[in-house]
Amino acid sequence: MNETNMGDLNILETVERYIRGEMNPDERAHFEHYRKNHPEVDQLVVEHTLFLQKLNRFGEWKKFRQTLQAVHTDLAESGKIEATRLAGRAKRVYLWNRYKRTGAIAASIAGITTLGISALVFFLSSKGAGSQFEELNRKYHWLATRSQQQGNEIDAIKKNSNAAATVSYTKGGTGFLVDPKGYLVTNRHVINQAKQVAVQRGDQEYTAEVAYIDTERDLAILRITDQRFKSSGYLPYGLSKKSASLGEPLFTLGYPRDEVVYGQGYLSARTGYEGDTMSYQVEIAANQGNSGSPLLNRNGEVIGILNGRQSDQQGFVFAIRSQEILATLQAFRKSLKQERIYLPTQSRLFGMERTQQVKRIQDFVYLIKVN
Amino acid sequence: MDEKQLLHGLATNDRKSIEAIYQGSYNSIQSLIVNNQGSVDDARDIFQEALIVLYEKVRQGDFELNCQIRTYLYSVSRRLWLKRLQKQKRLYAEWEDADELVSVDTDLDRHEQEDADYERMERSIQQLGEPCKSLLEAYYLRKQNMASIAAEFGYTNADNAKNQKYKCLMRLRKIFFNE
Repeated sequence: MNETNMGDLNILETVERYIRGEMNPDERAHFEHYRKNHPEVDQLVVEHTLFLQKLNRFGEWKKFRQTLQAVHTDLAESGKIEATRLAGRAKRVYLWNRYKRTGAIAASIAGITTLGISALVFFLSSKGAGSQFEELNRKYHWLATRSQQQGNEIDAIKKNSNAAATVSYTKGGTGFLVDPKGYLVTNRHVINQAKQVAVQRGDQEYTAEVAYIDTERDLAILRITDQRFKSSGYLPYGLSKKSASLGEPLFTLGYPRDEVVYGQGYLSARTGYEGDTMSYQVEIAANQGNSGSPLLNRNGEVIGILNGRQSDQQGFVFAIRSQEILATLQAFRKSLKQERIYLPTQSRLFGMERTQQVKRIQDFVYLIKVN
Repeated sequence: MDEKQLLHGLATNDRKSIEAIYQGSYNSIQSLIVNNQGSVDDARDIFQEALIVLYEKVRQGDFELNCQIRTYLYSVSRRLWLKRLQKQKRLYAEWEDADELVSVDTDLDRHEQEDADYERMERSIQQLGEPCKSLLEAYYLRKQNMASIAAEFGYTNADNAKNQKYKCLMRLRKIFFNE
C-alpha cells in the first residue's frame, strides 16, 4: 500500500468519526479548523456524509423489505390475508381434469369386478348432454361417499389382499412410458396428494404407484404395479437432448377425454411462463387432461411434456423441456437401489409418415387417473 | 392504534404496525391485480412496492396522507400495476375501481429516484466481492461493532478489521460514484 492511499484511508476514518460525533471537543475544534482551511477535506466531509446517509438508508430499506416478506408469509399462513388461497386468473393453470365421471378398478388381484353403477356412469358420460351431467354429478357424489367406505375396504384388502374394491377417481391427466418395464412420466401436479393412481389405455386399466417426485420441475415418475401389465419391448420415441427450434412443427397425444386425442402446432417461444427457461411456449390445442402429454417433433423425438396453460385470453400453452425430464430420470435412477431403468434417447420414428408415427406412439401414452 | 400511529410504526419498521396495515389493505389490492391479468405473486410484489412508497414518504417526515392508508395504497398499487402492464405491452381494459383514488404522482416520482439509488447501491455492493461485501454489510447495514466483526471474519484484532473496512469503503465509494 502506498503513501497516498494510506493517507486517504486515514482521512476517511477521521471524517467518519467526525460525522458520527465520535470526536472529543478538542479534536472536533481542531478538525473543524482544518476543514475550513482545506477545501478538499471540506468537500470530502460533505460528500461522505451524503454517501453514509445513502448507505444507511439502503440498509434500512433492505430491512424493511425483509419485514414485509416475513409479514406476508405469516399473514398468508395464518389465513389473515387470502394470498395462498386465491388463485390468480392470468396464472398458469394446470391441465389436469377434475373428473366428472368415475371409473371402476379392481384394487387387487381379480381386476374384473366392477360395480354396475360405474358402468352406467361411463355410459352416460360419453353422451355428455347437459341434463345428464346433472345426473352424473349426483351419482358421482353418491359414489364418492360410497368409495369412502370402500377406501376402508381397500385398507382391509391390503391386509388380507383377497377381495376386490371399487375406486372412484377424481382427477386425471396424461403420462407416457419412459421405460418399457412400466415407468411413466407425468406432471407432479397430476398426482399431487394422490391416494390411488391408475393408468389406462383403451379398455386396459392398470394400478400404479408414484415412484418419484421432482417438485421443482413439476415432474413425477409412476411405476405400473399391476401384474397384468406386460412390457412392450422398446419405446418408439426418444427424449431429445437438444433444444427445439423456434417455429418447429410439433405434435402431441393426450387424454383430455377418455380417448386419446392428437394435436399439432409449433414452438412459439423458447421460454415458458414468465420467462421460465426450463420450459417452452407452444402454440397447440391443449385442454384439461393434457397435462403430462408428450410433445414430439417430426422425427418422433420427445422435446417436452405439456404442463400448463396461461389462463388469460391468450391461452399460451407451456411444456417442460425434455432435458429436464432426462435430469429427473437421472435423479430417479440414482435413487433406485437394484433395478436399473433405461434412459430413452433414440427415436425409431425417423422419416415415418405422421399417421404411422402416431400409431406406434399411442400404445405408450396413458390416461392417468388419480384419487 | 389510529392511522397516524400506524404510519409512525411503519417509519420505524415496527412489525405490529406493518401487520395491521397489511391486513387492512392487502385483499382489495390483490383482487384488483388478480382481476386484471395478474397473479397472486404479482399482487404481493405490487403491494409491497406500494408499502415501500408509503415508507419512503413517512421517512421524509411526511405523515399527511389526506386520505385513509388503504386508499393511498390502493391508488399507488393501481398506478404501479398499470405501469407494469404497459411496460410488458400487454393489453388491458379500463377497469372499474372498487375504491376511491387519490393523486400519488409526486410520491411515485420520488420513489422512482430512490429506487434507482437503492439499485445502484445494491449493484455496487455486489461488485465489491468478498470479504468486502460481507464486511461492509456487517458494519454499515447490520451495525455490528468492530470487535465482533473481527472475531467473525478472523482478523487478529479490531484495528485490522477496521483498516480493512475502510479500504472496502473506499472501493465501494469508487464503484458507486463511477457507475
